[in-house]
Amino acid sequence: MTAASDDLACIELVELVTDYLEDAVSEFDRERIERHLSGCDSCTAYVEQMRQTIAAAGRLTPGDVPPSIVDPLLAIFRASRRTES
Amino acid sequence: MVDATNPRVTGDDEAIVMGLRAGDERVFIDLVQRYQRPLLGLAQTFVPSQAVAEEVVQDTWIAVIKGIDRFEGRSSLRTWVFRILTYQAKSRGERERRSIPMSAFQTAPGQDEPAVDPSRFRPPDGSRSPGHWADPPADWGSDAEARLLGRETQEVIASAMATLAPAQRLVMTLRDLEGWGSDDVCAALEISPGNQRVLLHRARSRVRASLEQYFVEAARV
Repeated sequence: MTAASDDLACIELVELVTDYLEDAVSEFDRERIERHLSGCDSCTAYVEQMRQTIAAAGRLTPGDVPPSIVDPLLAIFRASRRTES
Repeated sequence: MVDATNPRVTGDDEAIVMGLRAGDERVFIDLVQRYQRPLLGLAQTFVPSQAVAEEVVQDTWIAVIKGIDRFEGRSSLRTWVFRILTYQAKSRGERERRSIPMSAFQTAPGQDEPAVDPSRFRPPDGSRSPGHWADPPADWGSDAEARLLGRETQEVIASAMATLAPAQRLVMTLRDLEGWGSDDVCAALEISPGNQRVLLHRARSRVRASLEQYFVEAARV
């Protein structure tokens, strides 16, 4: 298959994925990307994997900031507000 | 990034500031819970040591407590807090006689950090499908969705993020873990949207690669 001059190569597409998912590509590039994706199962899989990565990262639960950090700050906060009144 | 002539104090900010000034401990604890990790992430872009980074964040909170009565709302509360941290981190760096590093957020164009190992693509000057996948993304398997909900993949992600450059880790943490919007990240870190996207791109690409490796190994078992 001969590549037309404005066709994307896969190695280029993987660098555009974030911009694409952020809606930060030009209309022209969006069309190039989607045209490429419609004909490339590998890149389609790659974009899907990026989506899955983002979704999975979003499920990381950081947990509460431990009391060892909060408590000393709270003590300082209490003390400071006492002197302010 | 923040327009100083356009006060960004939201109604939310007003309630928080009033609560802090009134000594409302729940408001204070809530603020700490919300910003501790982002602040720590930002501190880590300035100082390499985890212990020093934690101290910088603690000093920041103390400065917030002491300065809250003087906060004028010319910027958002968040921007004010993050700027205090930046100041604390830089002061700390100077006091310890470390030269202030080049901003961890500068992303030089052409700095070689491709999203995918280039050897996985056909050579760009070759005759057969230049630049196309030679070694395509591994199939994550039919149980990928289920695995992605589990503890193991969470650990893979956490480990991968721990290996990222601090600025990349921070941007991905704020966007994908803490759920901040792009504008909020750019405002808090005072970086451009383009810069933010480059850091996010590199971070996410690395984490995807780690997940791919995990799935490949899981399939071998």
